[in-house]
Amino acid sequence: MHNRAFLSVSKTYCMFKSGVTRTEKQEKKVADLDAFRAEVREWLEANCPASMREPVRGFEDIYMGGRKPEVRHPDQPLWCQRMAQRGWTVPHWPAEYGGAGLDRDRVKVLRQEMDRINARSPLESFGISMLGPALLEFGSEAQKREHLPPIARGEIRWCQGYSEPNAGSDLASLQTRAEDCGDHYRINGQKIWTSYADKADWIFCLVRTDSSGSKHEGISFILFDMASEGVSTRPIRLISGASPFCETFFDNVRAWKKDLVGEPGKGWSIAKYLLTHEREMISAFGTAPRQSLGDAALAHFGRDAQGRLASPVLRTEIARYQLDSLAFSATMERVGDEVKAGQGLGAASSIFKYYGTELNKRRHELNLAVDGESALGWSGEIYDGGVVCRDWLRSKGNSIEGGTSEIQLNIIAKRVLGLPD
Amino acid sequence: MALVLTEEQQMLRESARGLLASRAGVSHLRALRDAADSLGFEPAVWDDIVAMGWPGIAIAEDCGGLGYGHVGLGVVLEEAGRHLSPTPLQSAVLIGASALDRLATTAQRQALLPAVVAGERRLALALQEGAHHAPENTASPARREGRGWRLSGSKRLVLGAPGATDFLVIARSDGQPGDRSGLSAFLVPADAPGLQVEPRSLVDSGPAGALRYADLQLGDEALLGSPGGAWQGLETALDIANIGLAAELLGLSTEAFERTVAYLRERKQFGRPIGSFQGLQHRAAELYAELELARSLVLKALQAIDAGDPQLSLLASSCKAKLCEVAQRATNEAIQMHGGIGMTDEFDIGFFIKRARLVQHCFGDYNYHLDRYARLSGF
Ligand SMILES: Cc1cc2nc3c(=O)[nH]c(=O)nc-3n(C[C@H](O)[C@H](O)[C@H](O)COP(=O)(O)OP(=O)(O)OC[C@H]3O[C@@H](n4cnc5c(N)ncnc54)[C@H](O)[C@@H]3O)c2cc1C
Repeated sequence: MHNRAFLSVSKTYCMFKSGVTRTEKQEKKVADLDAFRAEVREWLEANCPASMREPVRGFEDIYMGGRKPEVRHPDQPLWCQRMAQRGWTVPHWPAEYGGAGLDRDRVKVLRQEMDRINARSPLESFGISMLGPALLEFGSEAQKREHLPPIARGEIRWCQGYSEPNAGSDLASLQTRAEDCGDHYRINGQKIWTSYADKADWIFCLVRTDSSGSKHEGISFILFDMASEGVSTRPIRLISGASPFCETFFDNVRAWKKDLVGEPGKGWSIAKYLLTHEREMISAFGTAPRQSLGDAALAHFGRDAQGRLASPVLRTEIARYQLDSLAFSATMERVGDEVKAGQGLGAASSIFKYYGTELNKRRHELNLAVDGESALGWSGEIYDGGVVCRDWLRSKGNSIEGGTSEIQLNIIAKRVLGLPD
Repeated sequence: MALVLTEEQQMLRESARGLLASRAGVSHLRALRDAADSLGFEPAVWDDIVAMGWPGIAIAEDCGGLGYGHVGLGVVLEEAGRHLSPTPLQSAVLIGASALDRLATTAQRQALLPAVVAGERRLALALQEGAHHAPENTASPARREGRGWRLSGSKRLVLGAPGATDFLVIARSDGQPGDRSGLSAFLVPADAPGLQVEPRSLVDSGPAGALRYADLQLGDEALLGSPGGAWQGLETALDIANIGLAAELLGLSTEAFERTVAYLRERKQFGRPIGSFQGLQHRAAELYAELELARSLVLKALQAIDAGDPQLSLLASSCKAKLCEVAQRATNEAIQMHGGIGMTDEFDIGFFIKRARLVQHCFGDYNYHLDRYARLSGF
């Protein structure tokens, strides 16, 4: 009786094939993945230094490479170099550009195995998370071969020259000019909030090569060396005390034409594509940290007679945060799987950027609530250099950088929900 | 397991949408309400649902079901939520059949479930005694008497009571209210002498009732599973019920949201569509993000049932708590953004908020499940 009629569409029965039994091909795939996992596990065991299995302490403890890298621990460059030799700093990039050409399943296995031993990420950079994907999509063969491998090896560190004093959320109104001088452009203007401009080796920069059309036209996406004559930077101090970003000035800077990505005047779509990657990178902060806030709070407040965290309001807030964080991680997973299955969510990067950064801010507020006075320490060993406090302040920027939360909501309202202007 | 619906599950969704939209949509609910229908569903619609095989989707093949799994049932329930379909799918299939499935012995399951799959036996779970969900506080007693049992007590919020053929009554055969051990489950036919079924009129106008029974005599075969040992099966059945209800809330909230967004595009004030006002745009966009998160949790929890995940309870509580929160926000915003028309009975949006609150309450609301989530997380 129940011949799968439940799959019929409004009683117009349609046939379907049941594919429940695993095919030989699938069996082989599973076996291959298992073999890969074993190989990764063994290699990591032998090559990941013990110091690199310790959690990162604050934002400043992340290794970003470059010509003059900031090294907090001598094992950082070593770990980076070892991983880069396997192509595992950018495992999903093609091998000819410094990656390992791994498919999504293998990348997942690599991440899981790294998590298993608490291995740190060997290298994080704007080159990996932003410029790389844009070059892979829009760069010429020569540009990819020149720029991608040094990113993968952590040799060249990049910064992002998008925002200007009068072009923040309204990025397309940018005014930095690039004049055509035959084999090169001459660049004049100012950028602001350029993260790590004073530490970076190269910049990917939005410039105006034509101001005759609408504001979205005439923008070009160009690359140049920060050591070029005419580039100067002035660090800006943040509320967290660090000075990771700068005002950046260009005074008759020469940029070669071969380093213009895509077509002149057509840089806006590249800029936007890159932003979706930036947003995904920033939103990853929203996933749950390894140490549970519940455990941390128990250490401070203990339990009541029923065994509950003896600070009922805080308990509720932590539970709400953790639940949303779980739902957020599940959504990252679902959207990843949907993309693999050829489905996918419109404007996913905006949803993640908005939600992930708001979640991350909530987490840092909870850190303060849990740690009390210890979290308000600014410096000194007793406060661990004020890392909890400074990271809390830094998190406020997450919902501003890469397009503010309000801008993400505008994008969702217009592009996904189709609401009018 | 990939966190996506398979092609087959998507077909099932289309199929469910087709039937429920045409035969059991909101206008159907309104008609039943206006007719003060006591059964709460239309038998012909139920026959169609049975012909589609939906009652057996999540029931094992050795019990006459399709063994297709709870993701499939969840997909159907989400559609039932979208259309506010008044059918016994929740009370008899999701709740009643799951409870029987988890509480009965293998022999009892094989004997009883085929009739559930065939739509002939409609079970209703009789659990709640107070104003709030608190299963371990069950007090109404079951006493051994010779080779049988004698039950007394009362139950409320028995979903599907008017159309039920049998009740699955949870009673205390040992211990004190508050103990998890000492609970037993009994299968009681609706026409058992001494059993009074009182219809109750609730906000969603769905069929619910209360039971009253004094000195109800039952044979030993009425006991499901072992005496005093119902807790574990009951807890799992409630986890499944909550996840299924969360799927219903997902459909309901999504539909209320989509109707609201459509209204934002169409309604004009100050010479422009109200959807052009950023104050409304941002609230709608936030709600959209919340709905996407809710969707992921529901799918994860449904998959966890089929995978026998040891974390099922944690996922069930996260999923129910999240969906309670989102459904509350979606239905409140739906009314607010519709303005005055949203307050009228003639307009359908009110049916969504009414059903939402009932489903939110059943088997633990937001507060209950957030607390349980924290407890299961160890703090
Ligand atoms: C930590 C950090 C690192 C950064 N790193 C870089 C970098 O490396 N390179 C780079 O190029 N830039 C960088 N930025 C700059 C960042 O991209 C901009 O700050 C951001 O785009 C916002 O622009 P703005 O600061 O000019 O703010 P404004 O655009 O002036 O916004 C001010 C407020 O108005 C709101 N607002 C603006 N427009 C709208 C609207 N249409 N609707 C509703 N609300 C609106 C905003 O949401 C915000 O709340 C960084 C910023 C931070 C905080």
